[in-house]
Amino acid sequence: MPSTPKTASGRIFEIRDLDVRFDTQDGEVHAVKNIDFDISESECVGVVGESGSGKSQLFLATLGLLTANGKAAGSVKYRGQELLGLPDKRLNQVRGSKITMIFQDPLTSLTPHMTIGAQVMEALRTHQHVAYAEAERRCLEILDLVRIPEAKSRMRQYPYELSGGMRQRVMIAMATVCAPDLLIADEPTTALDVTVQAQILEIMRDLKKELKTAIVLISHDMGVIAGIADRVQVMRHGKIVESGKADDIFYAPRHDYTKALLDAMPRIDRPVRAGHAALRPLSTMDAEHKLLDVDDLKVYFPVRVDGFLLPRTKPLRAVDGVSFTLRQGETLGIVGESGCGKSTLARAVMRLIDKTDGTVVWRGRDLSGMQGADLQRLRKDLQIVFQDPLASLDPRMTIGQSIAEPLVSLKPELSAQEVREEVRNMMNRVGLDPNWLNRYPHEFSGGQNQRVGIARAMIVKPKLIVCDEAVSALDVSIQSQIVDLILNLQSEFGMSMIFISHDLSVVRQVAHRVMVLYLGRIVELADRNSIYEDPRHPYTKALISAVPLPDPKAERGKAHKALLGDLPSPLDSRAQLSFLKSKLIDDPDAEQYRPKLIEVATGHYVAEYDPQ
Amino acid sequence: MWAYATRRVLGAIPTLFIIITMTFFLMHVAPGGPFDAQRHLPPEIEHNIRAAYNLDKPVWQQYAIYLGRLAHGDLGPSYKNHDFTVTELIAVGLPVSARLGLSAILLAIFIGIGLGTVAALNQNKLTDYGVMGIAMIGITIPTFVTGPILTLFLGIYGLHLFGYDFFLPAGGWNGGALANMILPVTVLALPQIAVIARLVRGSMVEVLRSNYVRTARAKGLPSHIVVLRHALRAALLPVVSYLGPAIAGLLTGSLIVETIFGIPGIGRYFVEGAINRDYTLVMGVVICYAAFVIFLNLVADILYAVLDPRVRYSQ
Amino acid sequence: MSAPGLANRNTVTLERALDIKGRSLWTDARRRLIQNKAAVASIVLLSLIALLAIFVPFFWPYSYAAIDYGAIGCAPDWWPDWNVPCHAGGWHVFGMDQNGRDLFIRVLYGARISLSVGLVATLVSLFIGVSYGAIAGFVGGTLDALMMRFVDVLYSLPYIFLVIVLMVVFNQNFFLLFVAIGAVEWLTMARIVRGQTLSIKQKEYIEAARAAGVGTLATIRRHVIPNVLGPVVVYVTLTIPTIILAESFLSFLGLGIQPPMTSWGVLIKDGADQMETAPWMLIFPALFMGVTLFCFNFIGDGLRDALDPKDR
Repeated sequence: MPSTPKTASGRIFEIRDLDVRFDTQDGEVHAVKNIDFDISESECVGVVGESGSGKSQLFLATLGLLTANGKAAGSVKYRGQELLGLPDKRLNQVRGSKITMIFQDPLTSLTPHMTIGAQVMEALRTHQHVAYAEAERRCLEILDLVRIPEAKSRMRQYPYELSGGMRQRVMIAMATVCAPDLLIADEPTTALDVTVQAQILEIMRDLKKELKTAIVLISHDMGVIAGIADRVQVMRHGKIVESGKADDIFYAPRHDYTKALLDAMPRIDRPVRAGHAALRPLSTMDAEHKLLDVDDLKVYFPVRVDGFLLPRTKPLRAVDGVSFTLRQGETLGIVGESGCGKSTLARAVMRLIDKTDGTVVWRGRDLSGMQGADLQRLRKDLQIVFQDPLASLDPRMTIGQSIAEPLVSLKPELSAQEVREEVRNMMNRVGLDPNWLNRYPHEFSGGQNQRVGIARAMIVKPKLIVCDEAVSALDVSIQSQIVDLILNLQSEFGMSMIFISHDLSVVRQVAHRVMVLYLGRIVELADRNSIYEDPRHPYTKALISAVPLPDPKAERGKAHKALLGDLPSPLDSRAQLSFLKSKLIDDPDAEQYRPKLIEVATGHYVAEYDPQ
Repeated sequence: MWAYATRRVLGAIPTLFIIITMTFFLMHVAPGGPFDAQRHLPPEIEHNIRAAYNLDKPVWQQYAIYLGRLAHGDLGPSYKNHDFTVTELIAVGLPVSARLGLSAILLAIFIGIGLGTVAALNQNKLTDYGVMGIAMIGITIPTFVTGPILTLFLGIYGLHLFGYDFFLPAGGWNGGALANMILPVTVLALPQIAVIARLVRGSMVEVLRSNYVRTARAKGLPSHIVVLRHALRAALLPVVSYLGPAIAGLLTGSLIVETIFGIPGIGRYFVEGAINRDYTLVMGVVICYAAFVIFLNLVADILYAVLDPRVRYSQ
Repeated sequence: MSAPGLANRNTVTLERALDIKGRSLWTDARRRLIQNKAAVASIVLLSLIALLAIFVPFFWPYSYAAIDYGAIGCAPDWWPDWNVPCHAGGWHVFGMDQNGRDLFIRVLYGARISLSVGLVATLVSLFIGVSYGAIAGFVGGTLDALMMRFVDVLYSLPYIFLVIVLMVVFNQNFFLLFVAIGAVEWLTMARIVRGQTLSIKQKEYIEAARAAGVGTLATIRRHVIPNVLGPVVVYVTLTIPTIILAESFLSFLGLGIQPPMTSWGVLIKDGADQMETAPWMLIFPALFMGVTLFCFNFIGDGLRDALDPKDR
């Protein structure tokens, strides 16, 4: 590599006084306020912040990728060369080859009508004059480096044919094929499942070691940053509030915001947080009282698979034989990655979708046959809080109307005055000003809208609440508040909960028992302590090991037991036997052996698996 | 991919069948027959003529006879132009209309895409407003206004440029000479140019804002590659979807253009046939048009699948 | 109580936090529409034309059918003297047509016909299209598949041809004109409504309503219809000009309004025929129709931007 100029201290990227503003319909938005920032060769800097902190806009501005209504001012120097305000022709010599960027959502960030091979080669051939054959060879090399299996045939595939993890690897390949000095990764793993995230982070760690690329890792997840960053910058409202070495930030934070952020972050090894609401233990009376009994529940969806002239249907086994019980006042955490069937399970229990087989018994009565008035009475007992606060509220109704809706349909005997009283009370309870009755959801933040969702679910005083990824779409600090709210409400009202999440750290805080699902089946079911201190099933172990801890020393010392490969397709019947290959019949349509659940300790069930 | 195409072709056949049936029964439901306007004939002669044309049989039987003839490619005799069969009339008029229509759609596609792209690349600047303004005019002013006006200025008053007088022929087909084609093709294409330009601008603006265009820029690709290789293909998808309605619009427009400019295409036959209750002629033209529209819709669908790989697999 | 996340909005919005009354999406849309100068100007202009068309005929000295044999084919008084046969006197501000009738009042009657055909036919297509689309979209399944197959078949017809055939067959019945043209547009309306209904059906707040025990009919009434209205309203304002064009097209072919009543299409046809000798006969009706169509398009675009801004 030709010698490139650098400053005496090894700094390759210097940002001074960077200021970014946007001209929007609601007025001017000041996203980045006079920031100074340095990066040295081969170092990895983590940039932490919640939404609205300006962390993404900061780096988009340095590469000239702001939208048309954005303006950047200040100075951005790469190895002494000023980048800000450079005409595109000159800027293109730097971006894509010396400084590259990868983005959050790999599906929409890859061109849908070009093969991935073409896209990676394009990155190479634009910046380096290589013959086609040589370019193809280097492309294969880099695809191997990011661990894409069968790279030669994959190169001819289109982005939509690949899984999320694969796509992100392609993006990394595209960004590193020219051996850049600096790689900017903007929330690269946020849209991915936990085990896939672990794989991607490992690839990035390896790249850092082998290619000596400097990395800027932007994330809201401090655990992700702890595993890879040398230095950390914490951003809030467009300013850097604290910066320093990773160990300093995590073990001795100085700014209040950093402290608050670290405190709010759920940690898988620390389920009880000082100064926060605690999980109410079950009383002996509650422990006797069984509310819900689910036996061998199955939910299959017919999926059309392309035949020649007449398409056939194959069953998608979303929930494939799940059994569990739930007692009064108990919270069951359901954990799993995408496609494991956790949301489908909850909805089938609540009779929002129809089951294919199995029984669900609620308070002694079989739910299957219920119609009409019986079903209405049932709805009073079972309520649900959704993942996306804004999408679950009708934008044309006031939040007061949304909260009142269950009350109005399920308790029609109440007068309008009584309904309004109840709504105001509940708004107080969840931390909303009752005077905001007549406001609309788009006027509030995500956290406030989720409180509205909780108020709506609680207003009929149900006996069971399903929280379907209720805190996953929220910022960390808000997440912490909502978790506290949920725990407090449970202490006060004593309802049972099914808490669904892909985030094990959060689940550990709120659940009495935890159930791990894989492709529609239970692989492990145990109480909250056993599942983390004594996991048995290899999938559970991989899941727990993959969760990043906001603790740099712990992360560095971890023996990463990452799962290889992607989550298999639920349409392939062999997929469910990934951990019991000894009983596998190698035919995707065959009826396979069903691993049995074995009780290894009191209340601790594990599905059969091959010893590792 | 071939499975998809085959399925679509097979699906098109019932559609054509329904159209034929609907038109047939609609024409026959109407009061009045093809010979009403002629001189009052003695009853026996009238009876004979009706028998010769099968008009005395029950409607169902006429339908069956018609279908039978159709299977042999025989569209029947024209009731009004007694010397010709419908097939002969169509054989003369169809190539003319086809040339007109095809030229118009090609013109519309190229100019429309060009204008739309230019407008999108200069979003919210003067060029954008200018192009969109012209597009608005193209959409709102009907062809039977632009036709006469353009004829007036270019055909009758003429242009005085570079010391020469330019005249375009004000009408007539002249065997499809270029000079004669300029005005009718332009007038026919104008509304479609406008719609396509608007479509392309809208979708191009959206595509330019998309994440993958941002990635392409981040890769350091030169601007023209970003637009041509990454953005254009996706931006063109709505245009392909629009091709079906565009053809329908052109067919409608051709009725007017052929009338105004005196072009001997099948559009004129249709209008005359409708007014004169020339059943077989109307039927023939409708079947022709319908077959074209269905075929071109099919081509558009397949083109869409070629441009967007996702569609091929998700059927 | 904290309100983080409002941080990005500017101070004006924060001050609004003190208000009690909420700011609904319709209020937002209205505010954005008023800021769109082209749309506002179009509304004003359109209202002006409508008012003229409704009220002026009551007190105008000439009727649309009255013939003045002494002023056949005369230009208006203010028309410059380029080879005009004569100048009409009196209140003939737009001049005379080739049959000796006042052009101004005929243009206004044309406005009446064209606008009312536009409105009525749009209502017809709205009624059929919305019901069809909403039922197909919400019920879904086989019924939806069948209904949309039917629409697809009709869509591939050059529908205007059937309309022409209809008009010929039923001897240019005036009432049928409204219905026939309305029947042309309901297909697209049905498709749009169905598409919207489908996308709303999948939204989480519909599921939330189900969990809250809200019945199907109540869900449609309370949640689906208010959220479908937006695109429907936009499409309605863009349908009216299409229908006015369709009507004028039929009149041009001689299949629409019958004399002596007139519409803009008829006037434009007559004007085109007399283009060389009496250009005012073409200019004024064309101008009125062009301006009206422009206005509807601007209003439609303005509504579309107001109801669905890109930055949301």
